[in-house]
Amino acid sequence: MKFKNLFMAGTFLAASVASSFAGTLEDVKARGILNCGVSEGVPGFSNPDASGNWAGLDSDICRAVATAIFNDANKVNFVPLASKQKILAVVTGQVDLTSRTTTWTMKRDTKEGVDFTTIVFYDGQSFMVRKSTGIADAKQLNGASICVTAGTTTELNLTDFAASNNLKIEAVVFEGKKEAVNAYKAGRCDALTTDTSQLTAFRTTMKDPAEHVILTKLISKEPLSPLVRHGDNKWKDLVTWVINGLITAEELGVTQANAVDMLKSSKNPTVQRLLGGSGDFGPYIGLEKDWMFNVISKLGNYSEIYERNLGKSTPLKMERGANALPRDGGLLYAPAFR
Amino acid sequence: MTIRSFYSFALQFMFMALVVWAIYALMVTTKANLEARDVESGFGFLSQRAGIPINVSLIDYSPSDTYGRAFLVGIINTIYTAIVVIILATIIGVLMGVAQVSGNLLITKIAETYVEILRNVPVLLILLFIYGVVLAGLPSVRLAWEFFPDGFLTQRGVYFPRPVPLKGFNLVILAMFAAVVFSVLFARWAKNKKNQTGHTLPVIRTNLVILLVIPAVVFLLAGQPLEWDAPVLRGFNFKGGMKLTPEFVALVLGLSIYRGAFIAENVRSGILAVPKGEIEAAKAIGLSPNRIIRSITLPQALRTIIPATTNDYASLVKDSSLAIAIGFADMVSIGGTMIGQNGQALEVIAIWMAVYLTINLIISVLMNLANSKFQIVER
Repeated sequence: MKFKNLFMAGTFLAASVASSFAGTLEDVKARGILNCGVSEGVPGFSNPDASGNWAGLDSDICRAVATAIFNDANKVNFVPLASKQKILAVVTGQVDLTSRTTTWTMKRDTKEGVDFTTIVFYDGQSFMVRKSTGIADAKQLNGASICVTAGTTTELNLTDFAASNNLKIEAVVFEGKKEAVNAYKAGRCDALTTDTSQLTAFRTTMKDPAEHVILTKLISKEPLSPLVRHGDNKWKDLVTWVINGLITAEELGVTQANAVDMLKSSKNPTVQRLLGGSGDFGPYIGLEKDWMFNVISKLGNYSEIYERNLGKSTPLKMERGANALPRDGGLLYAPAFR
Repeated sequence: MTIRSFYSFALQFMFMALVVWAIYALMVTTKANLEARDVESGFGFLSQRAGIPINVSLIDYSPSDTYGRAFLVGIINTIYTAIVVIILATIIGVLMGVAQVSGNLLITKIAETYVEILRNVPVLLILLFIYGVVLAGLPSVRLAWEFFPDGFLTQRGVYFPRPVPLKGFNLVILAMFAAVVFSVLFARWAKNKKNQTGHTLPVIRTNLVILLVIPAVVFLLAGQPLEWDAPVLRGFNFKGGMKLTPEFVALVLGLSIYRGAFIAENVRSGILAVPKGEIEAAKAIGLSPNRIIRSITLPQALRTIIPATTNDYASLVKDSSLAIAIGFADMVSIGGTMIGQNGQALEVIAIWMAVYLTINLIISVLMNLANSKFQIVER
C-alpha cells in the first residue's frame, strides 16, 4: 500500500515537471514580479550602480517589460547570469527573460530551447590593444596572446578569424569578463576581444583609457537580442512588442516628458495607438490599454534609454552608429504599429 | 533461507527497484521535456567541429577538431594537473609534517604557521592571489628574466629549452629501461641477502649510481644524440622551447601549497600516533635515528597517514576545477565553453561527473593497495 502511494507520488511528480510551464505571463502576474536575467556586470548594459541598482540598456529592457505588465518599473528581480547560464536559465524557467548582451544565432534559436525576441543592439566583435603596440589591423596579431571570455560566440569568432587569416594566436580563456579584463590589464595578453560595445565599456575602467585603442574593423556581426523560452509565443510577442514600442516611440518623437501631452493632444493615429488612446493593442498581448504609455512615461523611448546608459553624457560616449533609426543612418527599424 | 531473511531480501529488492525506477522516470521525463522544447539532447555534438581555442594541450589539437577531442584535451589537462599537484603536495606535506615534530623550535613554528594560514583560507582566494602575484610580479615579455641560459621567466609563462632527441636517442631510452631493471634486481638480491645473512647493503646509493651511470655512459658513447630547441623572442611572444603558462603555474602552486597543509597535518598526526615507548625502546637497543625512522616510525605512521591522505588527494582533484577562475583550460573550463556553444548542459555535466568519479576511484584503489601493504601482517 505504501509502495503504491509512493509510485503514485512519483508519477505525479514526473507529470507535474512536464506541465509546470503553462503561460509565462500568467506565471509572472501570479508571482507579482518579473525574473530577468542580466550580466554579472557590463557597464552600460547591466551593471550595479553605486547604490546597488542595476543600470544599463539591458536592465532597462527588463524594467520596460515589468512596467508594461505591472505599471511599476521596480517589479523586477534581476538575476545575474554567467555567460554559460544565460540560455539554460531561460530554458529551465529560472528567469522569464534573459536580457544580457546575447547574440542571436541560428543554432541557439532552433536547437537550444529558446526564442529570440527582437534586436535591441547591433554589435560586432573587435579587439582592444595597447596604443604602444602600434597595431591598427587585427591581422597584425599573429603570434599574440589574446584574452577572451568562455562560453560565448566570441571564442568561435576568434578561431574562425584566426583560421581564415592564417594567424597563430594564443587564446587565454577566462570564465568571467572581469577576469579576462584584469588579465589584459596586467599584461597577460596583447589584446582583449569581445563585442565592441563591451570593449568600449571596459576601456572606461582602465587606468588611462587613452592608452588603449579599439580596432574599428569588426570581425563578426553580433545582433544582441533578449531571449525567452521556446514555445511560449504569447510571451515572446509581449517582449518583442514592448521593444518595438520603445523604438516606435522614438520614431514618433514620444518622450518621457511629452507622453502625457501626446496622449491628450496628438492627432497622429499611430501615437494614439501606441499610447492606448485608441485601439486595443495592449489587450492583444494580454495587457492593459495604456501599457506603452506607462513604459514611456516611466522609462522614456529607445533614444532616451540609449543616451542615459551609453550615450554622450555617459563615460562610454558611444555614438548611435548602427543603433540609430534608418532616417539617421542606422538599422533600428520596428515593424508597423497597427 | 529463513522467513526473516526472505523478507529482508524482498524489502531490499523492492527498495532497489524503486530507486532504479525513480532514476529511469527522471531520465524519461527530462528527455521528453527537452524534446518538447526542441532542445537537442544526446552526445552527437561530440563529433561536431568545436572551434574552441585551447592554449595548453598535451596532445595535438587545433580549433578545427571536434568537441570530443577538445573535451579529451581538457580531461588530459585535468589529470596532468592532478598528478603534478599530488606529487608536489605530498612532498610539501611530508616536509612540513616532519618539520612540525622536528623538535627544533624555529622550524616547528614556521611549519605550524604555514599549516594554520594555508588550510584556513579558501583555496579559490589562494589561487586568485597567486595568479595576481604571478601576473603583477613577473616582468613583461620584452623584459623577460633569463633565470638560466635560454630559460626565461615572464608574465606570459616560464620558458625552457626543449630537448629534441636525435638519431640514436632510442639507445639511451633503452639504457634507462635496462638501468631500472638492474636496480630492481639488485634491490631484490640485496633483500634476499639480508634475510639470509643479516648484512645490510647500501641499496639506495647503489641504485642511484646504476640509474645515473648506465644511461649517461650510453649517452656519451652514442655521441650525445640530443639537441636543445631554445625559446627566442619573436613578435609578441617567445617562439620555440617549452612553456608553462602562468595559469598552469599558479594553479599547480596554489593547489599544492593548500593541499600540502592538510597532508602535513596527516603526517604530523601519523608520526605522533606511533607510541613513544617503541621509539625509546629502539634508542635503548642502540638503533641509529635513521634506522628508527625507517623501521619503526614510518611503517606505523603510514597506517594512519594513507587513509587520511586518500581523502586529500580526492579533494585536490575536485579542487582543480577551480582552474576556470584563473583561465587554465581544464575539463570544466572547456566543458563550460561547450555548454555555452551548444546548450547541452546535462550531457557535459554527466561527463564531468563521470571523469571525476573515475579519477577518484582509481586514486582510491591505488591508495587502498598501498594501505593494505602497510597494514600489520599477522603471522
